[in-house]
Amino acid sequence: MFFERYDPLKQEMVCILAPDGSCNETLRPALDEQQVRQLYQQMWLLRLYDRKAVSLQRQGRFGTYAQMEGQEASMVASVLPLQPQDWLVTSYRETGAMWMHGVPLKLLSLYWMGNEFGSQMPEGVRVLPLSIPVGTHPLHAVGLAWAGKYRQDGSIAVTYFGDGATSEGDVHEAMNMAGVYQLSCIFFCQNNQYAISIPRHHQTAAPTIAQKALAYGFPGILVDGNDMFAVYAVMREAVERARRGQGPTLIEAYTYRIGAHTTADDPSKYRDDAELEEWKGRDPLLRVQRYLQQSGQWSEAWEQQMLEACTAEVEQAMEAAAAVPLPPPQDLFRYMYAEMTPQLIEQEAALLASLQHQGEGHGTAHAR
Amino acid sequence: MALRTLVEAINDAMRCEMAADDRVILMGEDIGREGGVFRVTEGLQALYGPQRVLDTPLAESGIVGMAIGMAIAGLRPVAEMQFMAFLYPAFDQITNHLGRMRNRSRGRFTCPLVIRAPYGGGIHPPEHHSESGEAILVHTPGIKVVIPATPYDAKGLLISAIRDPDPVIFLEPERIYRAVRQEVPDGLYTVPIGQARVVQDGTDVTVMGWGSMMREVNQAAEVMRSEGVSVEIVDVRTMSPMDVPTLIASVAKTGRAVVVHEAPRTGGLGAEIVAQINEKALLSLQAPVERVTGFDTVFPLPQLEKYYLPTTERVVEAIRRVLAF
Repeated sequence: MFFERYDPLKQEMVCILAPDGSCNETLRPALDEQQVRQLYQQMWLLRLYDRKAVSLQRQGRFGTYAQMEGQEASMVASVLPLQPQDWLVTSYRETGAMWMHGVPLKLLSLYWMGNEFGSQMPEGVRVLPLSIPVGTHPLHAVGLAWAGKYRQDGSIAVTYFGDGATSEGDVHEAMNMAGVYQLSCIFFCQNNQYAISIPRHHQTAAPTIAQKALAYGFPGILVDGNDMFAVYAVMREAVERARRGQGPTLIEAYTYRIGAHTTADDPSKYRDDAELEEWKGRDPLLRVQRYLQQSGQWSEAWEQQMLEACTAEVEQAMEAAAAVPLPPPQDLFRYMYAEMTPQLIEQEAALLASLQHQGEGHGTAHAR
Repeated sequence: MALRTLVEAINDAMRCEMAADDRVILMGEDIGREGGVFRVTEGLQALYGPQRVLDTPLAESGIVGMAIGMAIAGLRPVAEMQFMAFLYPAFDQITNHLGRMRNRSRGRFTCPLVIRAPYGGGIHPPEHHSESGEAILVHTPGIKVVIPATPYDAKGLLISAIRDPDPVIFLEPERIYRAVRQEVPDGLYTVPIGQARVVQDGTDVTVMGWGSMMREVNQAAEVMRSEGVSVEIVDVRTMSPMDVPTLIASVAKTGRAVVVHEAPRTGGLGAEIVAQINEKALLSLQAPVERVTGFDTVFPLPQLEKYYLPTTERVVEAIRRVLAF
């Protein structure tokens, strides 16, 4: 119903929960009190994780990290309607979506600490390693969705990307092919207004990203990405459509990156404080807190306890990742092919001999 | 057994492997109803249906990117690029995803797929239809690169490629697609990836090549034989991972070597082979290794083509130089 009722060409945006906590009850999705509080808690966990990650990066314990503060609702509420058999194919700012779909925080942290084992997903978790080359990965979701259709296994594929990615040719090819083959593929664009320093209006002259779907022959919709209820409601409808074999959809979640592009970026160079403050007023967490307060489901004691639990979980995950021993040099070569090629065997032997010569032990435990 | 051209042998490999394994899916531009611009997939859509022989939109990066997702989901896509030069839009997918997925997921996700592309010059086509980019692909970690030179090898190598647990780029020498017929078994058989083939034993000089250049190599060897020179001919067949021991054993035996390829000279695989010989057989050499190659130029339009492509005469001259050193 949302896809029929909201016209992206008229820039109509699905909004259910306002920044002041007031809620359009007729549109509110059927989430019970427990679920709402859980989503709120999950958003907080992500925010605390994000802040901790930045702080660890500053201490030299994390590599360059892509921040997600401000985009929590867009991630937690969009993954909620998915099933374990569904595929998630993300970019680098969707750590939260990956976690929601079953990737442990410890693994995500291990990745950002610089260990490939952070992308070795647990058996059965259908999340591809996050993709750095912008806009290239939605095609993989198209292939996964094609395989799901071929096998009729009931799975769907969801791919996340940013506003900048929509300028990339591969995103065009992905949406075009998903449309041609009528695949159960959901394109979820987190429009956070900037691709590093380039504002959204420099990416496309189209008034919305959502309207691009129409050119590919499937529906697109614009949704308030900082509104957990709206994101969930729209995504649930997209998932139901896909599950019924009604083809792809494009969702543009209108949100904002509160932090920098990555820990290597300084956003004060390209955006002003007034804009940032305005968006902080539309914070996705704050509006749920207000909603809970107004509906009598919130207490300071509960929030305190909840935040402590989240902090503990984040700390524990980071510590577990930091405790993973450094990989041996052999790991460079071991995973290139099912069987190491003669060239790799020769190159590995040369490296190990050189390391031995230099007096660095290998194959033994390494100091971190 | 039947006499088959290279095109027929490749078609037969796909037909047999599709019958044996319903995970094998063909995809590409014009490969279905049309049977491909070179008719390599002719008849296969009629046999296996549009679900397994996909006519795709005109989107090379899209084809390879989609095939990556299909392979991760457990299928065995065989994607056709219409010509090697049109593989370049997909190079981002090949180098940034295809060759990396196994490694970056530490073995959790793999891409067992094949990309087929006609390559090389000699058919007087429009621009962008004659490229030999094998060195670019070999320089891309995580993929395998195979170039057959005979119908028998083409069928056996393609079946190996489809069954390989890792991505294989299968370059088909378009100039000899229909040039020769050879006895090719009807059923399933494989030719292993990673093994060069000694086409002819010899004692005086080793001449190595691959793809359509094997014709010039064979002809040059024939010319030299009439002059009493014994040429050992090696068809490299697998560009990556290259069968270095076979090449080195041959050079160690003959002490002289010529490498022939139609790809541009600088940074070509001839340079890699010379480096391997330098590392592993330097003291066996009686003469510097010669390269007979294309030039560091754009592949020309048809009127200049004969000057670009290595000829039998150029190979013969190189053999004479290494013998006379």
